[in-house]
Amino acid sequence: MINKAGRDIPDELLKDGLEVFQGQYYRDGYEYKKAAPKVKGYVQPRGSKVVDSLKDAILKCGLKDGMTVSFHHHFREGDYVASMVMEVIHELGFKDIYICASSLGAAQKSFVPMIEDGTITGISTSGVRAEIGRAISEGKLPRPAMIRTHGGRVRAIETGDIHIDIAFIGAPTSDELGNSRGTGGKSDCGVLSYAVVDARYADKVVVVTDMLVPTPNLPAGIQGIDVDYVVVVDQIGNPKKIASAVLRMTENPRELMIAEYATKCMVATPYFKDGFSFQTGAGGASLAVTRFLRPYMEKQGIQMGFACGGIVEPMVQLLKDGFIRKIVDTQDFDIASVESIGKTPGHVEISTSEYANPLNKGAFVNYLDFVILGALEVDVDYNVNVVQGSDGLIQGAPGGHVDTAAGAKCTIIATPLVRSRIPSIRDRVTSVTTPGESVDIVVTEYGVAVNPARADLIACLADSGVPLKTIEELRDEAYKLVGTPADIKFEDKIVALVEYRDGTIIDVIRKPADLG
Amino acid sequence: MGDSAMTDAQKNRIRRTMMFLNTQRAALVKDSYVYKPDSVLLDLEDAVAEGEKDSARVQLYNTLKYVDYHGVERFVRINGLDTPHYKEDIRASVAGGADGIRIPKTETKNDVALVEELVEKAEKEFGRPVGSTMLMAALESPRAVLNAYEIATSSDRMMGIALSAGDFKRTMHARQTADGSELATARGLIIMAARAAGIMAFDTVYTNIDDIAGLRREAELIRDMGFDGKSLISPKQIATIHEVFTPTEKEISRAEHLILAVEENKKKGVGVLVVDGAMVDIAMVEGAYRTLTLAKASGVYKGGLV
Repeated sequence: MINKAGRDIPDELLKDGLEVFQGQYYRDGYEYKKAAPKVKGYVQPRGSKVVDSLKDAILKCGLKDGMTVSFHHHFREGDYVASMVMEVIHELGFKDIYICASSLGAAQKSFVPMIEDGTITGISTSGVRAEIGRAISEGKLPRPAMIRTHGGRVRAIETGDIHIDIAFIGAPTSDELGNSRGTGGKSDCGVLSYAVVDARYADKVVVVTDMLVPTPNLPAGIQGIDVDYVVVVDQIGNPKKIASAVLRMTENPRELMIAEYATKCMVATPYFKDGFSFQTGAGGASLAVTRFLRPYMEKQGIQMGFACGGIVEPMVQLLKDGFIRKIVDTQDFDIASVESIGKTPGHVEISTSEYANPLNKGAFVNYLDFVILGALEVDVDYNVNVVQGSDGLIQGAPGGHVDTAAGAKCTIIATPLVRSRIPSIRDRVTSVTTPGESVDIVVTEYGVAVNPARADLIACLADSGVPLKTIEELRDEAYKLVGTPADIKFEDKIVALVEYRDGTIIDVIRKPADLG
Repeated sequence: MGDSAMTDAQKNRIRRTMMFLNTQRAALVKDSYVYKPDSVLLDLEDAVAEGEKDSARVQLYNTLKYVDYHGVERFVRINGLDTPHYKEDIRASVAGGADGIRIPKTETKNDVALVEELVEKAEKEFGRPVGSTMLMAALESPRAVLNAYEIATSSDRMMGIALSAGDFKRTMHARQTADGSELATARGLIIMAARAAGIMAFDTVYTNIDDIAGLRREAELIRDMGFDGKSLISPKQIATIHEVFTPTEKEISRAEHLILAVEENKKKGVGVLVVDGAMVDIAMVEGAYRTLTLAKASGVYKGGLV
């Protein structure tokens, strides 16, 4: 069946109530009853929840073949927890485990042999990179992986589309009751936002920490009332890979040019006024937008109401300097933001449900005025791909891309027209992550294209000083520079489903041919 | 360039920024026009290793022939006349259709004459209009600076002379100073020679690409001295130079008033008049036109007087 994004979704996938994507606001007003975990009460007076080892915790939780376990990715490339837990599960001989992760990357490459030997048979994640991306692309999982957005993952858990049997939550500090925080230990990650829904909806919750602290460890990101066991290990992550000391401020003239155009676009809209809300990624151009914004805010004497999403030093600096009233934080990318959370007035932790779940009573993304996002590919219908690389391999993350694009009043995609010899603007994206109806403006160094559906923005930008082009003109320029890209060849086998944030299927990913 | 010999308009176009590009780096040359320099200097000299001169020349030819620069002027910096490379460099540049050639380390008018002869030969060989390839000379030594006027007037093809300060400072035993006083005499002589010859003058590169404030100070200095522009080594420097050369609203408005008033008075046969409370004469019109042309190039003037 062809869905609203123009992608063909095979009918045989559409069972158990699965629907195709039918527009970004299709499920507005959708009613459902929230899922609930099975909870074992703790009525008697007790002492510590600390158990001797991960093995103990896994056995006490009653893990069985076929169960679903979850992990968060706040430790990013420095995560030890997911691999540590899965290695014990593997040693214990469990099979057919379903992984529900907020993201997977190089740190979890030990999963690949477990996929090959049947320990892991299913994956749901908001991002796949490195070796696991390749393993999924090669079709090594017996069932297609489910690629979800950050908001979509929370939604799936809260609606019961996916049920977590045991959540393993790495925490920089925890007390004996499981009250856990993202800071204060030797492996600080700032916030634990992605794990909050796991803690609340999983049947069993295990906190894994390398820093047991005196009770009470408050205010806690993960509350002890949701935690069954606490395991103390030597090290939960590599601090050097969890947060980088300094995010390089780009001096790349191309990125600066893109950032300057994106900033000019923002300033030209009616949304750029006191109290506006904003999110940006951590890429070079996105960070530079934050820098470029400051003088405009100074000149107009306005403050940002709130900034959200992954937080980096320039944003924290704006808060400290009085240009932002609140930062609502779900992820910290650098040491400055980790150090700021909870200490700088106005820098507060929120859960991913508060951030991006489309089916709660109003996530922060729905109140965004602007979001600046990246793209691997954008097509002439403004559809964006951030999941599949130019070789067809799964190497990306929808993360909050889709959620913020749908929620923001003005969604700006900032991308170089050509990467190396690959055009970013093209006839048709390899797969759709974010539908074109969610995308308002595409900014490249060659010019700025505005979605024709946004005639209001086209009018705003007419005198903004940015070179306005049609998306077709940008595509033509890209093709002129590096040639028309040949389509990647795929086999019929579907290796992953790309789920839209509301639970409908926006695209499928097939196995690339000639993987070698 | 067009199909005929160069016109005054081509010789006198706005050249606030002439950006060096390493000809060997395809990724760099293919789309440098997006940064909107006025001219690019496709470099065969310093940026290219001795063993790679041949391949760079092939790359240069293909770049000139097939890359669309969207109206950005394309000069080629050939290798020095004391090297075995410059003759082939000239042939490749002319065959590819370069707008002009920058002669490095020019010392005397004879250097220009030598290049001119080879250029003309190449124009005939490759069917380019004879006289269509412009020349500019980089002055890199005290001797060259002292010969600036004779170099500037050595050929009808000459559109400009440029100070190249690296070698110059070394030869002079000069120290680098923050305000550029070690270059004051050279700059003064070069701008005077260029103006006397009726061609353009370009300042040397600003080598610290991260020091935008320093670049701005230097750009303001050379603008005030009368230079037409600067050679650049990074696209990061373009916006600053263009900004410095952008006339103010007041300057634009004064230029407009002046042109309109002088044109009006010309009809009446009056040579001197008062505009905006100041006395002006017809000779000032040229400067007013230059202001508006710069303003148009900078995107701040939409009027129809230029």
